[in-house]
Amino acid sequence: MASLSDAELAAMTQEERVKELGLTTEPLFGRSLLIEFNPDEEERFTYPWAPDVYYNKHEEIETDGLTTTQLNNKLTALMEEGVGTITIKNPRGMHSVGVGILNRLKLVIDGSLGYFAVGLIDGPNVHIKGRVGWSCGENMMSGTVVIDKNAGSTFGAAIRGGDLVCRGSVGSRTGIDMKGGTILVGGDTGALSGFMMQRGRMVVCGNAGKNLGDSMYDGTIYVGGEIQSCGVDAVEEELTDLDKAWLTRKLQQYQMMPDKGVDHFKKIVSGKMLWNYDNLEPSEKKLIL
Amino acid sequence: MAGTKYRGSEIEDVDQFRKDAGGLSSEREKEIGQHIGYRYDVNLVPDYNRVTPFLKNYMEVMGWDDLNWLEDVHMGYEDGKAAVFDRNINGWVRIPDSIELPDNQQDRDMIARELLIKFQMSDRNPMVTLRKAYKKF
Repeated sequence: MASLSDAELAAMTQEERVKELGLTTEPLFGRSLLIEFNPDEEERFTYPWAPDVYYNKHEEIETDGLTTTQLNNKLTALMEEGVGTITIKNPRGMHSVGVGILNRLKLVIDGSLGYFAVGLIDGPNVHIKGRVGWSCGENMMSGTVVIDKNAGSTFGAAIRGGDLVCRGSVGSRTGIDMKGGTILVGGDTGALSGFMMQRGRMVVCGNAGKNLGDSMYDGTIYVGGEIQSCGVDAVEEELTDLDKAWLTRKLQQYQMMPDKGVDHFKKIVSGKMLWNYDNLEPSEKKLIL
Repeated sequence: MAGTKYRGSEIEDVDQFRKDAGGLSSEREKEIGQHIGYRYDVNLVPDYNRVTPFLKNYMEVMGWDDLNWLEDVHMGYEDGKAAVFDRNINGWVRIPDSIELPDNQQDRDMIARELLIKFQMSDRNPMVTLRKAYKKF
């Protein structure tokens, strides 16, 4: 059934497609799907549907007269042609540019972008030479994003993987609900950064606003400057040699190493006082059951 | 009840969750019959001296200086079996018994990363069928 052509699938309703492809609709619970890895799997580095692109094949896009949809479609079309390096000239602070790129790609933005820049990406390396609005790199899965100037609020919200770098300062709620990956901030970050962080690493070379790491479940926040206040269950822990080695490697990688090194960084982790895997106390359960 | 101290158990042995599938050690875990927390150290930083040739190629092809998102991939343990969580399908994928597990978590993590990439990029991954069913035509 999986051999149905795109034309055949396109002629069906979504319900028919789901049925024909043998998908089930029962809820999944993050448990084993009883699938095993195949040790002899073919070696591939990109998704099966991703076109082959070549970094030495370069194109420029002028955004004049283009809507966001047209610009994003143009990016997709160029990748289909094998273009692996794309420069967007004069981006005019457009919103939602470069969203949902699921392939390797070198993308250069020659200016500033609005909100939701390069959200939901999985693979590309992006260099934004200006500023970005809120929610840059939201839900990012992998790749690298480097912003030369400042970024708005909810920078890297719900990020799951990859490196999201802002050389300047960022707004509030940086890395809110982050589930993996690394956020690097060269300047300061606003209030409630790392709120409900579940894993991953955040590095702030400057100062952090109020309620840093509030209700964080896991993960690590490193701050080079002053912390206005830590949030609920966010506690300071001693910086280890492993932390220092990791910080040094990561900051050097993006040429963001502070002059005084990394020894002065504070490390914030979860106090794990809010961990709760059971909605009801056993005694309460007994009352109900 | 949020605010109550529910600490999980410490991971003391690389095979802890293979020997004891339940992994219940703290009083609280025994009380609720459920292991608290991850079954591996989510904050374990990769040892780059142990990166496999396949992973080196992957980093080069993607244009990355390090393992990028794979820094967050570790070998976990489910029902006493070694497994890796595939975020794309929201489920655990098990390591076949034919693969011999090294005696340390760092090398196990490298195996997990290699297997996960190959699986995610293969036609066998459920995402391929999901994409066919739900993509825009």
